[in-house]
Amino acid sequence: MKLARDEVRHVATLARLELSPEEEELFAAQLSDILEYINQLNELDTDSIEPTSHAVDLMNVFREDEISQKFDPGIWKLNAPSEDHGHFRVPKIIESEG
Amino acid sequence: MPHSLTIHELMEKLDSGELSSQQVVKAYLDRIEAVDPKLNSFVTVDREGAMEQARQADRQRAEGGRGALLGAPIAVKDALATKGLKTTASSKSLENYIPPFDSFVVGKLKEAGAVIIGKTNMDEFAMGSSTENSHFGATRNPWNTDKIPGGSSGGSAAAVSADLCAGAIGSDTGGSIRQPASCCGIVGLKPTYGRVSRFGLIAFASSLDQVGPMTKDVADAAVLLNVIAGYDSLDSTCADVAVDDYTSGIGDGVEGLTIGVPREYFVDGMDPEVDRSVRESIEALENLGARIKSISLPHTKYAVPVYYVIAPAEASSNLARYDGVKYGFRADGADSLVSMYEATRMEGFGAEVKRRIMLGTYALSSGYYDAYYLKAQKVRTLIRDDFLKAFEEVSVIMAPTVPTPPFGIGEKTGDPLQMYLNDVLTINANLAGIPGVSMPCGFSADRLPIGVQVLGPYFKEKLILRVARTLEGVLSCNKAKPVIN
Repeated sequence: MKLARDEVRHVATLARLELSPEEEELFAAQLSDILEYINQLNELDTDSIEPTSHAVDLMNVFREDEISQKFDPGIWKLNAPSEDHGHFRVPKIIESEG
Repeated sequence: MPHSLTIHELMEKLDSGELSSQQVVKAYLDRIEAVDPKLNSFVTVDREGAMEQARQADRQRAEGGRGALLGAPIAVKDALATKGLKTTASSKSLENYIPPFDSFVVGKLKEAGAVIIGKTNMDEFAMGSSTENSHFGATRNPWNTDKIPGGSSGGSAAAVSADLCAGAIGSDTGGSIRQPASCCGIVGLKPTYGRVSRFGLIAFASSLDQVGPMTKDVADAAVLLNVIAGYDSLDSTCADVAVDDYTSGIGDGVEGLTIGVPREYFVDGMDPEVDRSVRESIEALENLGARIKSISLPHTKYAVPVYYVIAPAEASSNLARYDGVKYGFRADGADSLVSMYEATRMEGFGAEVKRRIMLGTYALSSGYYDAYYLKAQKVRTLIRDDFLKAFEEVSVIMAPTVPTPPFGIGEKTGDPLQMYLNDVLTINANLAGIPGVSMPCGFSADRLPIGVQVLGPYFKEKLILRVARTLEGVLSCNKAKPVIN
């Protein structure tokens, strides 16, 4: 399983990662090696095996959506990379037409 | 010196008035200042906060207050949120993050009176086996500072081993408590999946992550587990199963128990000193009345490939939140929202984290999901069933924790796959969700620690601690201390 550079670029776009050309090349080689190693799983016939998502049986846990703890709104500002009047500031989201 | 005491020894001296918490915490802080520049086991040392907590502990004790950890200095892996104290996961993306809340485990430690002395170094987002993948530099092994301390909880392991705290907390996704415990010659316990709440643990792989104690001896692991185990409604994967008193019955010995020794864990390429040391440990328990049974866990060799699909897949989802919008690092200069995300993540994450996000995203992407993720989940079933079958015949399983003594810093950083193979003996327990404890069982000729692990059935932490304590009583490896230079 050899991963091509454009596949690496596609996966990076899905993962919202900007990669340098050097990283693209390095990851193409390293991920190919890792995937080849992972492919040994195909030695096993698993057609009749149920998948395990968690090792311990779990049930959905539901509760009423009640407020039990209130934080001072100012506390969030302390960690905000950029804020304005109690809102998080981000770069422009909607492109203008024309 | 107070810093060489175990937690249970320290608590006796605090309760009898022989030592005050302020004396103890001051001694640890002085030692951290003197020794940690050589090890880099802490990301943050909370000098003022720790002294203030120590003063409060002494005041409470003077008023007749008691607590399982009242006044004892505990270090916490920097993956667990501490209210008002920087929590970074050793990542640039969180280098200035100050949580507005305590993780469940930290809240429990504080309730028991613990002094949170600082936050320990780790592989970024717990991804690694050597604590070299930290934005704040590698941690070094106290037994030999040219060697890795293991990872990802390498800072906690080094800090406990070097007597920079009375005990510590780590997290284990594929061996990240047990492997560094083995490398640094201390005790590390990964509880059953669901035994300890992960609320406030910075998530890596949610179906595998578990928080646990890292300590100077087995009894201390029981003391800390008593404090942190239990149900928490804020972690929907937390098990509503009654908590044992893990300290009681720990000295009951191994007579009548059957110890399974899995053939597949004595792998090709295993270091002969590790092999010998672990086999001698098993013999020692046989001499104390345990029955030894050779068993097979036939799917053991598939654990690493299964893990390196499932863990990166879950990580790629968990780490999607680090987008630079609400908290954490944000890259400057982007002119659109998407380019801001991409630049933030490029600059904020280190190489291993990006590699795993890429691997996980690929495994979950359209056209590859069945071939990788679903396949891995099915093989995971086979691995778990191997253990369930084995525990019909044996009480516990004993095996080496790591196939070799700790390797050199920089030795494996160029080859991710070689690094991953270091986890070959620890990952299985995470995939199956069972508990495991690693403890020191010997030293290599060049004085590097060797560890043995005891694995048990679900929620049988008490049983594996009892076996580990019995072995510790014969070997006394826990008494050895590193000379740091």
